Amino acid sequence: MLNDGSDRLKDRLTEIVEGEPGKYSLGLQKIFDQESKNRIDRTVIFTGANTPGKIAGSNKLRGAINRYIEDRKIDADVAQTGTLGLYSEEPVISIQLPGRTRVFYTCVNEDDISMLLDDLFHHTLPEEKLLGQLRNEAHDPWPDVPFLDELPFFAKQHRVLLKYSGIIDPVSIDEYISRGGYRAFLLTIRNYTIDEVCAMIEESGLRGRSGSAFLTGRKWIVARETAAEQKYMVCNAEESDPGAFMDRALMEGNPHQLIEGICIAAYAIGATKAIIYIRSEYRDSIFKLETAIKKAHEYGILGHNIFSSGFNLDISLRKGPGAFVCGEETALIASMEGKRGMPQSKPPYPTERGYHNNPTVVNNVETLCNIPHIIGNGPEWFKRTGTVYSPGTKIFSVSGRSWHKGLVEVQMGTDLGMLVNEIIGGSRRGHELKAVHIGGPYGCMIPPQKMNIPICFEAFKKEGFILGAGGILVLDEKTCIVDLVKYFMTFMKQQSCGKCIPCREGTKRISELLDEITRKTADLDQHDAIEKFRALVQLEKLAAVMLDTSLCGLGQLAPNPLRSSLKYFREEFEEHIFDRNCRSNVCRELRTYYIDVELCTGCTICAKRCPENAIIGTEKHPFFIVSDKCTGCGICREVCKFSAVSYN
Amino acid sequence: MDRIDRILQDFQHVNRDALIPILQAVQNEIGHLNSEAIEKIGDHLHLPASKVYGLATFYNQFAFQARGKYHIRVCDGSTCHIDHSPHLLRQFHKLLGIGDGETTRDGMFSIEVVACLGACGQSPVISINDDFYHSIKSGMINDILDDIRMKNP
Amino acid sequence: MVRIEVNSRTIEALKGQTILEALINNGIQVPTLCSLPELSPTGACRMCVVEVEGMDKLVPACSFPVKEKMKIKTHSGRVLQARKMNVELLLSSHPDDCLYCERNGNCELQKLAEDLNVRSRNISGERRGYKIDGSSSSIIRDPSKCILCGRCVRICEEIAGVAAIDFGRRGDRLKIVTAMNEPLDFSSCIDCGMCLLSCPTGALADKTSLQELDRPLDDPATKVAVQYTPEVVVSLADEFGIRTGTDMQGIINSVLRRIGFDYVFETSSGAEIAVMEQSNAFLERYGKNDHRPLILSRCPAWVNYVEKFRPELLSYMVPVRSPHQIIGRLIKGWFAEENSIPVNRICSVLITNCSAAKHEASREEYYSDNVPDIDYVLTTREFARLIRLHGINIHELEHEDTDEPFQAKGSAGKLFSVAGGELEATLRTLYRHFNGKELPDPRLGKLRKSGGIREESIVVPGGEIKAVAISGLGNAAEIAKLIADKEYNFDIIEVMACGGGCINGGGQPIPGDPERLKARIKTIYDADKNSGIRTAHGNTAVNGLYDSLGFLPGSEESRNKFFTHIKAVKVLK
Repeated sequence: MLNDGSDRLKDRLTEIVEGEPGKYSLGLQKIFDQESKNRIDRTVIFTGANTPGKIAGSNKLRGAINRYIEDRKIDADVAQTGTLGLYSEEPVISIQLPGRTRVFYTCVNEDDISMLLDDLFHHTLPEEKLLGQLRNEAHDPWPDVPFLDELPFFAKQHRVLLKYSGIIDPVSIDEYISRGGYRAFLLTIRNYTIDEVCAMIEESGLRGRSGSAFLTGRKWIVARETAAEQKYMVCNAEESDPGAFMDRALMEGNPHQLIEGICIAAYAIGATKAIIYIRSEYRDSIFKLETAIKKAHEYGILGHNIFSSGFNLDISLRKGPGAFVCGEETALIASMEGKRGMPQSKPPYPTERGYHNNPTVVNNVETLCNIPHIIGNGPEWFKRTGTVYSPGTKIFSVSGRSWHKGLVEVQMGTDLGMLVNEIIGGSRRGHELKAVHIGGPYGCMIPPQKMNIPICFEAFKKEGFILGAGGILVLDEKTCIVDLVKYFMTFMKQQSCGKCIPCREGTKRISELLDEITRKTADLDQHDAIEKFRALVQLEKLAAVMLDTSLCGLGQLAPNPLRSSLKYFREEFEEHIFDRNCRSNVCRELRTYYIDVELCTGCTICAKRCPENAIIGTEKHPFFIVSDKCTGCGICREVCKFSAVSYN
Repeated sequence: MDRIDRILQDFQHVNRDALIPILQAVQNEIGHLNSEAIEKIGDHLHLPASKVYGLATFYNQFAFQARGKYHIRVCDGSTCHIDHSPHLLRQFHKLLGIGDGETTRDGMFSIEVVACLGACGQSPVISINDDFYHSIKSGMINDILDDIRMKNP
Repeated sequence: MVRIEVNSRTIEALKGQTILEALINNGIQVPTLCSLPELSPTGACRMCVVEVEGMDKLVPACSFPVKEKMKIKTHSGRVLQARKMNVELLLSSHPDDCLYCERNGNCELQKLAEDLNVRSRNISGERRGYKIDGSSSSIIRDPSKCILCGRCVRICEEIAGVAAIDFGRRGDRLKIVTAMNEPLDFSSCIDCGMCLLSCPTGALADKTSLQELDRPLDDPATKVAVQYTPEVVVSLADEFGIRTGTDMQGIINSVLRRIGFDYVFETSSGAEIAVMEQSNAFLERYGKNDHRPLILSRCPAWVNYVEKFRPELLSYMVPVRSPHQIIGRLIKGWFAEENSIPVNRICSVLITNCSAAKHEASREEYYSDNVPDIDYVLTTREFARLIRLHGINIHELEHEDTDEPFQAKGSAGKLFSVAGGELEATLRTLYRHFNGKELPDPRLGKLRKSGGIREESIVVPGGEIKAVAISGLGNAAEIAKLIADKEYNFDIIEVMACGGGCINGGGQPIPGDPERLKARIKTIYDADKNSGIRTAHGNTAVNGLYDSLGFLPGSEESRNKFFTHIKAVKVLK
């Protein structure tokens, strides 16, 4: 008999924990198969319920799909998933017909839906926009359709944390459990002492994924050994590096994985209260985490005397009101205490005196998502991936001027060149890769000749680079290095808390100088140019002092983009200063626009559209640009129908 | 009862930890913060008004000016930046005659620069209230604004 | 005890001490900007960084605890380079107007730049074009000169208990702000001036009327009367490199005459009039529970505080004018009349330790017929500037006497300078009222102890009068709450806004260091010890004043003359 107990997973957690995966009773296996959509009797259409998908229009798609199904009275479910990680190809939808593997389509828009579904329901696969099919041995594959894991983007990735992102329904706790979720946590509180858990994590060699590279297990042990009545486990979900979105994808794509990681971590340090400090802008993540927490309570995975172990745990959410510096742990704690998010001097470390002076462990989302896997598979398993110093995988969020943009999870130690050239397909077609910037606003500019570096903490440190949170920005010849460094320094200047002098004044001075050299000034003579260059070189000394004396990591690392750029792209700075030229044509103020009198018909459109009123003339006669007023915005050139506007 | 008082009622027996959640709730309710809110929240939590104000000005989320009917967010994340979002922003400034964090005098538009809207795949991106516009070119901005003005004669 | 090695010498430190504390105890100097001994460390300015062996970055001495066998270098090349660079960073956007700055020669930033041998501008930055906030009657804020050390923020919160200001915004736009960025005068600031004493640069400065003083001084038809407080007498020495605590009264008299003041008075007789008035008010209220306790209202910053923060305490206060305003009233009224000077021909100047006195003088209650009772208020610091301005060599002057009728004949009024002193003087008089005889030992020791809250009682028939002196409004806040809740069992309460009392007032010489404070206090107590007249009621000069005025303490007339009005003031607090 298949029905050998309750058909609700909630009631069968004991069975799941005591049994062995793969050897469960048929009844349980059947629920698993159903919940994980391994076996379905009705067609399921999956749309992306995630931020990049939404912005690209997945909500409209869902509407169109629902209308299609209703109009034709088709028996099908519409389900939601997180992101597959191919941001440049959003919105992505996938369709699973009963008995067939699931197929994925990219860049779908509303108008595609009826044709696409028409064909599919007639069991023919339209080839346009087809990405591939999901490998599933239990089903018939579609002929001549590549499996996702064969595509270059996925084939060279090593997806552990992102394995189910874009595949499963993120808010379904049953689907998570069906795919082996929460087993690690329930095993932990049943079978392991807190010392054993800490030891396992330390043994695994897991290092903090937010950039600190500190041994997570060591951090836990300090907190565990500090005597206190109340301890706190804090999950740092204040992901605010521009161009970093791995944590958001983890929370939107598989929130229960994070909740499970937090549960185990809280147990290991003896905390009965866990807090997720999350950016308030991450509305979708907040919604999914709230739902997940509610569900976990319902299932007895959170709350009082969890699984009769005597362990209590509550997880609450704090919505960070927006400050980059709150990613720093002491600033984050200050913010939770209702204060300005200003970092504090360490020592004392939060593991000894943190939130309301209680021992507090702050781990980031990606770090915590690793925990269930390490506990479930053992530290030895974890150490088999990655390098000796940096075991495991790391997720990178790739953006900029690359062919693919999105999320890439690879083993630590993977060659950067391979990641850039093979997984994400290098720069946009027809463009030349100029550099790769890794690590967010305090990351480093890596030139093509350094691209063979293995991606891991130790190799990066040796070269003077940092991994940061793992944002990768691909730059091509259309990107100006000086402008980008200025962008990062301006960002840091605005995001510095302002408390300590080197960071507050240092970031400001650097961005001021970069601003000056990218701006049009009344003729810069040779003397001024040399002065500027001298000041620029002086900045290297300043950067050293910022590193040496800033209160927190933000100020210490802030000059990184500048330092690495000056090392590898010095000639671009020199061109800006001495030649007053931006080779990428980004620093528009350095351009001089003019109107070709031969081509201008005097149609007046440029003069009307010029935001600076810098174009003068009489109708039907050639117009002129007053160069002192022109800010180089280029609108005139865009609007001119006669290609009369040029610049040099 | 006043809207602020009603929010404060939901936060009984709380300490300073609740300051940010209260400010968020008040801002959600009335759209921005003002001196009445600062004073009432300070009284409620026994905090000096300067501390409440100092905290609120620290974080991006809190505004002290009412937002426009159409709140424009221009993404200046790194990808949008290298895809020239600063030029979009400058155009908005010029066309609306306001700066970041300001509201036009007729209360129609306000501009905010945000660090990342999360659509790096379709940069550059802006959002107006809950609508997203992606792969924007600077020439499109006038049209977008005109469309909105047409809807609100 | 922990042994650490500093610059290759072994020194001893206490366990739990910070490196900075250990260094100071061993006489090793490292520069600091944001730290002040009485405030919690923040580690913001990074001036105190030192090199610790085994640490890959420099560590701030102010917040880093000592460890056994720690090896520290306080002045290595790396450390000096870092400190110098950070000072250069501050200077890079600092207004280059040191020569015009109030703190020229007494500026911590200037001194650091000098000490660290900053000789050229290596980094140039944009000037911050902040507007100067001149709204307050006592304090001018120039945010462009602010180095954001946060001392004023912490002193305003931790010592003054007001928290009128905090850090606002962040990063390159970080600024010290009031609530809603209101001008200071409309904020909850109580003008105590504690921030003025703590500011390392000229970002906070006296609102000065020094220049306006020239006009009345030069005008032969105008008689200029000046009074100075006893605090000025014992603190002016610091401004001229004379031994701290030296009694400068005789010198001050001759200086003031040389500058051109026509009448030179001392304030403490006003204080003794205040003692007489408030003793009478106490007697009136004694035994009536609804007005218990009586709260003294002599401190102008405390009055501001009650008006803005605790209006429910107003009914406990006896609104006796502050001593200098008592004299101020008498100069423009009775004294001018006696000497047949028309009121538009007399100018009244106050030299004081108190910055709130400036605000006080501008209050409408202190105007009679649209003429202020006191026209100009100078702080001790401004007084020193005035002396230099007039090129007077203070070291070569002979002592002279104060003019009649406002002379310092007794010591009770002088006690007002120190926390607990007003109470001590008042209790002496009350003891006499109740017991018909003088206190056996006029020295009330408990009121002379250190600390922000000092309790004392005197025996009276049928019980005792319990008194408490509070200094530093940070200490008053809690007690004010208890009084409001009627949970505190005191009969009479003195509150001084500034920690340690008026002697540490916001108008005193900078820096206000604790050692100097002790010396000044000692001079005051010594004067009391050596004085023949130690009570207000026993001071014939004071009694003589009442006689000449033709009314008695506590009478209707005296109330008209010596009392003022205080009322609730609504501010964002």
